[in-house]
Amino acid sequence: MTTMDIAEREKHWAKTRRLMIIHLVVWFIFSFVVHAFVTPLNHINFFGWPLGYYFAAQGSLAVFVIQLFMFVKQQDNIDREFGVAED
Amino acid sequence: MSFFNLKGGFIENLPKIYAMYTGAFLLFFALMAILEQYGVKADTIGILFVAFTIVIYAGIGVLSRTTQLSAYYLAGRQVPPVFNGMATAADWMSGASFVAMAGGVFMSGYPYLAFVVGWTGGYVLVATLMAPYLRKFGCYTVPDFIGTRYGGNFARILAVTVLFVASFTYVTAQINATGTIAARAFQIPFEVGVWFGLSGILICSMLGGMRAVTWTQVAQYIVLIVAYLLPVFWMSISQGFGIIPQFAFGHAVERIMELEPILGVGTQLAQEKIAGLSILTTLHATPKEGAMAAWQFISLAACMMLGTASLPHILMRYFTTPSVRDARSSVAWSLGFIFLLYFTAPALATFSKLQLLDPNMATSIIGKPIADVMALEWIQKWSSIGMLAVRDVAGDGILHINGFFIRPDIIVLATPEIAGLPYVISGLVAAGGLAAAMSTADGLLLAIANALSHDLYYKVINPKAETRTRLIVARALLLVIGAGGAIVASMKLTGILGAVAWAFCFAMSGLFVPLVLGVWWKRANRPGAIAGMAVGLGVGSWYLYMVFNKLMEPWIGLDHLRFGIVGTLASLIAMVAVTLMTKEPDQEIQRMVDEIRIPRGDAILSDTH
Repeated sequence: MTTMDIAEREKHWAKTRRLMIIHLVVWFIFSFVVHAFVTPLNHINFFGWPLGYYFAAQGSLAVFVIQLFMFVKQQDNIDREFGVAED
Repeated sequence: MSFFNLKGGFIENLPKIYAMYTGAFLLFFALMAILEQYGVKADTIGILFVAFTIVIYAGIGVLSRTTQLSAYYLAGRQVPPVFNGMATAADWMSGASFVAMAGGVFMSGYPYLAFVVGWTGGYVLVATLMAPYLRKFGCYTVPDFIGTRYGGNFARILAVTVLFVASFTYVTAQINATGTIAARAFQIPFEVGVWFGLSGILICSMLGGMRAVTWTQVAQYIVLIVAYLLPVFWMSISQGFGIIPQFAFGHAVERIMELEPILGVGTQLAQEKIAGLSILTTLHATPKEGAMAAWQFISLAACMMLGTASLPHILMRYFTTPSVRDARSSVAWSLGFIFLLYFTAPALATFSKLQLLDPNMATSIIGKPIADVMALEWIQKWSSIGMLAVRDVAGDGILHINGFFIRPDIIVLATPEIAGLPYVISGLVAAGGLAAAMSTADGLLLAIANALSHDLYYKVINPKAETRTRLIVARALLLVIGAGGAIVASMKLTGILGAVAWAFCFAMSGLFVPLVLGVWWKRANRPGAIAGMAVGLGVGSWYLYMVFNKLMEPWIGLDHLRFGIVGTLASLIAMVAVTLMTKEPDQEIQRMVDEIRIPRGDAILSDTH
């Protein structure tokens, strides 16, 4: 279907994979790492919230939403760069 | 015939159509509020709310009827990303999210937030690892991907099995919730309510399949989000907490933490047991110390996330977008719409609790004379149906923290009443809960029936079946599975949340690894996938059985809500080991994997296959 050569394909996939890994690292931090340190974080007051509680109730969720909208844009840029985006 | 068939016209007019719909719904709400002022009874308003919304959903379901495969299975692949986002959000947010989540945060405090984090973070996995690639593949169902990517009927049937186990566990909880709400609104017995709810669900899905479910789910999202947010905003403003409650509840958390030691939360324990009710003993924002508590939080969140990324009724929503790019952006929109409810739930729980605890507030009950508390209308109403109980534990006529028993599920429904909002709000909340449960049940039933009709009947049993026969089989299966779900639901086997968490664990045990490796590891082959699914589901189920029946001590705190971790690890090990021991997949399969990795080009499977 597409007439991409193998080297180009591999480059596109390498970039795609790199983007995926970056996003999963961010995801990992806000899914697990911050919650593992909830007790020390709770000593910090964030507009009234104990910071550790804040992350679980709102902060991590907001990070996920923002990162996904960024991901959409970034992956689309990669696809365009290699000419494999849909028209 | 229906206006859904107008060439392109319907899709282009979507924003206008749903804006009008939202306007009409708000108008209906205003009308109910006026009727209440004129003395129409609360029960009548409740019935009108539930009946009005069900009639609308049924209308959309009938208008979206179809005789085409691509419309029935894929909604014609023309759902714009924002609308697919709303439909997914409704598909996703179940009766449990709507009714039980804020109550869980209220009663169980910080540890319960693992659900909130898990049920949102899973979408990062869906977007980065799965949705765009499955969309490029062009499958009708999740087992369709497994069956084509790995080849062979056996792999396909195993995937159908996992899907069935996970989704059926889930759908009974949703039919149960639908029945409960219908029973309460129409004042009919629960057993009748279940069948009544099921008929509503089936009208939305039977005639138009995925297309009908899509457009009703968008309508249901609008009802459920209005029903969730409006009371919280109203309460927050009328009680002086702030105009945007989600940004303002930090100080309420602070105040609760100040009050907890004074009132004895966590130190004053229950002196008697009342079935289904509990007193407040968990601190609101302070987790238990230590590595085990942190691990419990993390492992629960991980189960919910990996489960999210494996649940077929969610993944199949992304098969309906016009393009791969749209599938990706639709995941982001889904999470955005889900976020609106999930970041509100902790605010709702916090304000609701503060209203009861803070002696400076007129609504507070802790520390007040029991005679005064018993005189409150909402206390009388909920205690008369056994959802709440007040006891004089110290014998001093004062209500102490351990004398107030409540069923956490009622927090969302009771909060407007605590704040003294009019009844019309309660009617709205009932309609919202019904929308949440119905939309999820619809998605789940369709996922099961489609997998059985497409993957089992058409692909395995009768590959020569005509389109007409295939659609008849698909609809008959919807009926049968719906009825099966209703029968199981009316036996009331598990609480809502238990069943939901199990569904996630089943799905991740059997499907997560084969789905991810199918895209990301070209070397993954059929024997590996078969081993991954069979071992994952087998080990997961065995572990659940052993731990749930207390035949075995849980490993490192992985209780029955978290058995998916064990299942998924087993699945990963089995799949990688068996794949490496057997030969790599043939050139054709490898080319197929190359193709799904780039968005451009036709889908692997055409829209009628």
